[in-house]
Amino acid sequence: MKEQPNLSYINQLSGGDLAFEAKLISIVKRELPQEVEAYKKSLNDKKFQNAADHVHKLKHKISILGLELSYQLAIDYEEDLLNEDLSKQKEFEEVLQIMMRFVEELK
Amino acid sequence: MNCIIIDDEEMARAIIEQFTLQNNNLTLDAQFSDAIQAIKYLNQHHVDLIFLDIHMPTFSGFDLIQTLKDPPKIILTSSDRNFAIEAFEYDCIVDYLVKPITKERFDKAVNKAIQFKTPPTISKTEDSKEAKKDSENDLYVNIDRRLIKIDIPTIYLIEAKGDYILIKTSGKNYTVHSTLKKIEVKLPDDLFLKIHRSYIINIKKIIDIEDNSVLIEKDVIPVSRSNRPELMKRLNLL
Repeated sequence: MKEQPNLSYINQLSGGDLAFEAKLISIVKRELPQEVEAYKKSLNDKKFQNAADHVHKLKHKISILGLELSYQLAIDYEEDLLNEDLSKQKEFEEVLQIMMRFVEELK
Repeated sequence: MNCIIIDDEEMARAIIEQFTLQNNNLTLDAQFSDAIQAIKYLNQHHVDLIFLDIHMPTFSGFDLIQTLKDPPKIILTSSDRNFAIEAFEYDCIVDYLVKPITKERFDKAVNKAIQFKTPPTISKTEDSKEAKKDSENDLYVNIDRRLIKIDIPTIYLIEAKGDYILIKTSGKNYTVHSTLKKIEVKLPDDLFLKIHRSYIINIKKIIDIEDNSVLIEKDVIPVSRSNRPELMKRLNLL
C-alpha cells in the first residue's frame, strides 16, 4: 500500500491553534494545485530545469503532509530531471495524485 | 531583533511568520515573495535578521546576499541540505534551516542570531587587490538611490535580465535597473565585448572557449554566431 498523507506536522505546528491550522490548510489547498499545474506545464514544454524547480518546491508540501518515503523519491526525481531522466515520473505523479485527493477532501 | 521573511512559497512564509510571532526576541516587519522587492525594502529600512529562502525563481537567496552591500544577519531556509557548505562561506549567515522547520530548531537558530557577531570587514578578493585604483576604473551604479562603486576590472560578466542587468564581479553580484546598451558605452573597449544579445564579458577573464560557448569564472556563456568573429579577433591565438 502506498504511503498516505497526514496532518501530523500541521497539527504539531498549530499546537491546538485552530485558526492557524485552518490557515495552513487553506494555503495548501490553494498552493498545491498551482504547483502541480506549473510542474506539469514545464514538463509538457520539456523545460526540465523548470520542472526540477517545481519538484523542489513540491518537496516542502510532501514533507508537510508527512510523506517521508515520497520525499526521498522527490529528491531523486528532482536530480534526475536535471539530466532529463523521466524514469521516476510515473511514481512521482502517483504521489501527487494521492496528495491532491487528500488535500481536496480537507475542510 | 526586527526581521523580515523572503520566500516565494506562501506556506513557508506562513510557518515562519507563526514562529516569529511566538518568539519574544523577534518583531516581524515585513515579508516578501520576491527577492527584488525585498532588496528595495532593505535599501530603505534597517533590518537585524532575514529569514531567506535559497531556492527562488529568477533571483536566488545567494544572489540576494551578493547584491547587498552590508547584509544583516541571515538565517537561510531550504528544502535542500546540499547548499549548507556554500551557505557558510558568507560571513553574515548565522544558521541554515532545512524545511520542514520545527519550532525547536527555529528558536535555536534565533538564539544563535542573538549571539552572532557579524565580522566588521568584508574580505577583498584577489582581483580587487590587483585592480587599479584610478577613478577611471570605477563604475557607479544606482541601486535604489544608493550609488555603489564597482571596480571595472573586477567585472567578469554582465547579463541582461528583463529591465535589469546582473553585473557579476569576482566578489559580488549587483542587480541594476539598466540595459546592456547603456553599460556597454561605460566600459573600456579593450576589456569588454558583447558576445550575445544578453551577455557582455570581460575577455581577460575567459578560461576557455568551446564551440559556441565561453567559460568565464564558473559561468558558461553562449556566443552568438554574429559575435564570434569579433571574439576570435580579440584573442591572442597561437
